[in-house]
Amino acid sequence: MLVLLRLAVRSLRSRLLTTSLTVFSIALSVLLLVGIDRLRSGAQQGFAGTVSGVDLVVGARSGPLPLLLSSVFHIGDGANDISFETYAHFRDHPAVAWTIPFSMGDSHRGYRVVGTDENFYKHYSYRGGHAIRFTAGRQPGALFDCVLGSDVAERLRYGLGSRLVLAHGLESVSLMNHADKPFTVSGILARTSTPVDRAIYISLLGVEAMHVDWSDGTPPALGEAIPAAHIDPKQLHVDQISAFLVRTRTRISTLPLQREINTYEPEPLTAAIPALTLAELWHLVGYADSALSLVSAAALVIGLLSMVAILYTTLNERRREIAILRALGLSARQVLQLLILETTFISLAGTLLGFAGAYSLLVLARSPVEQRFGIPLLLGSPSPLILGFGCGIVLLGAILGSLPALQAYRNSLADGLSVR
Amino acid sequence: MGALAVCLHDVVFAYGRGRARQRPVLDIPSLEIAPGERFFLHGPSGCGKTTLLGLIAGVLLPQAGSIAIFGQALGALSPSARDRLRGAEMGYIFQGFNLIPYLSVRQNIALPCEVHAARRQRLGTTSITAEVERLAAALGLLPLLDQSVTELSTGQQQRVAIARATIGRPGLIVADEPTSALDTDRREQFLALLFELCENAGSTLLFVSHDRSLAGRFSRELALPVINRAASVREGLP
Ligand SMILES: Nc1ncnc2c1ncn2[C@@H]1O[C@H](COP(=O)(O)OP(=O)(O)O)[C@@H](O)[C@H]1O
Ligand SMILES: [Mg+2]
Repeated sequence: MLVLLRLAVRSLRSRLLTTSLTVFSIALSVLLLVGIDRLRSGAQQGFAGTVSGVDLVVGARSGPLPLLLSSVFHIGDGANDISFETYAHFRDHPAVAWTIPFSMGDSHRGYRVVGTDENFYKHYSYRGGHAIRFTAGRQPGALFDCVLGSDVAERLRYGLGSRLVLAHGLESVSLMNHADKPFTVSGILARTSTPVDRAIYISLLGVEAMHVDWSDGTPPALGEAIPAAHIDPKQLHVDQISAFLVRTRTRISTLPLQREINTYEPEPLTAAIPALTLAELWHLVGYADSALSLVSAAALVIGLLSMVAILYTTLNERRREIAILRALGLSARQVLQLLILETTFISLAGTLLGFAGAYSLLVLARSPVEQRFGIPLLLGSPSPLILGFGCGIVLLGAILGSLPALQAYRNSLADGLSVR
Repeated sequence: MGALAVCLHDVVFAYGRGRARQRPVLDIPSLEIAPGERFFLHGPSGCGKTTLLGLIAGVLLPQAGSIAIFGQALGALSPSARDRLRGAEMGYIFQGFNLIPYLSVRQNIALPCEVHAARRQRLGTTSITAEVERLAAALGLLPLLDQSVTELSTGQQQRVAIARATIGRPGLIVADEPTSALDTDRREQFLALLFELCENAGSTLLFVSHDRSLAGRFSRELALPVINRAASVREGLP
């Protein structure tokens, strides 16, 4: 057996170019498959962990998905606002443990500004119970205080005490600025790898204060603007918010409460269960992911088939070699083993190289991907599916390789020692 | 060794299996080669010489008759036992392209000892490397040992084949037209070296060729068509 192993290695080494090309093509498709697998589980965990401990997301009547996207992922324009009375009604509802209100509509250099209250810092949690932490400073105390997500602070190089001017609207280039009412950074949040990192948090009253002299979405006319120093917080009151998160006292009250909200008479509302909606969202993303997997699986099959094709074409040249080995006392079965060993080597090497490549890429891409896309790439062991796949590739290589090998075996039995 | 080196009786062989069975190529009542003989077997191209060697090597099996090598009946052995017997007791030299292309000269010569314990054991206390070098020296191959076999001339390749056939002193050396690819000078040199190494190894030599002019140097010669009764082959004879 050792002799066969050595022969197989030397035979492959003598065809270094074709061998390494096939190994490489197999490695590449394995790399793709493993990479997609890791990205998928990373994205899945990232998605599912964006918000935890929340039973309902509530906003104006719309679909659960847009509601979740706008309130938690900060993607897309939120629908209409809801009145503060409605919010207060459900905040004080006996079935509700706590609520987190969100008020959106302003931005700063492409980052969303979210008005919220102290419940956000107290109750918001992500990825199974990680709470919001400050790396510096504290919650907004004054009217024009703001708290930065870690990305915002890092990218824009803001620190405690930095002053920033917020823009009206969500476009990254806004013509309407709240230039007369700059905000001061009072705190910076620790990295969460969720959309929280890419938002700026102010108080609900801060949102009101910014717009105190606006009417119906238009800035004050010249001379009508009220300077920041003249605003009395006691005279401000919150009229509207965009959405709120609900934690119920007991899990069983979630469904009745959802129904109650969805059929709330005074105002049309939508209450969505985040876990369900995330699953729905994941389902959509899943299509892209299976398409990718399919493509790389196809690439893999091509790699394996080309390996077999090469073996078939070299089979005739190798008839001579096989006759020599037979004359030296190798059995036909050993010749069969030798050829299968070669293809197994190739697919094994390709698979190992692919896994190694995928993991080294993951190590390299980890922090950029996490920062840019909020997808945590966990280096953990590959999913059982992909491990099975790896074994499958090696096995498939061996099986496919045994086709030409069997042909050679039959040739060698029929030829004897004559090669014609 | 008391037994005959090669002993064939009433051997019939045809290529193809079952329905695809062709007409017999060989039908040989008797062929005996004693140990130590330098046996020359000749006959025109296509008369079944290579086929006969395949039978003797145990790679092909006859449809009828018995073949014994050093007293061991091939038909009574399992396929793997036949392979082992061939590896241990036979050195085989082809007409050309004798060598494994991806092994060096040294590795080609050493291969039988690596595949078969019996060949290695016969070296006694000599290491494989030492024996390879001794044979290479005798064949004038020492400077070529670590070259790739594809860089060798045909004559050099055939000498490497002699070394590989005789290493580990197998009982029987079988050479299938080993000189056809060589010019006359090289042919003489090749035969001289082959005889010398067979002598040293104490091996019986079964040499096959269509070229009768070589016969003089052997202890016995035989034309295959004379002992072969197979009709398909006889038809072609003058
Ligand atoms: N593998 C094979 N399958 C079928 N017929 C074969 C095979 N090898 C040889 N033959 C036929 O057997 C006959 C003898 O061939 P061979 O033993 O090679 O002759 P020689 O070696 O004397 O030239 C030829 O007619 C040849 O066509
Ligand atoms: Mg022949």
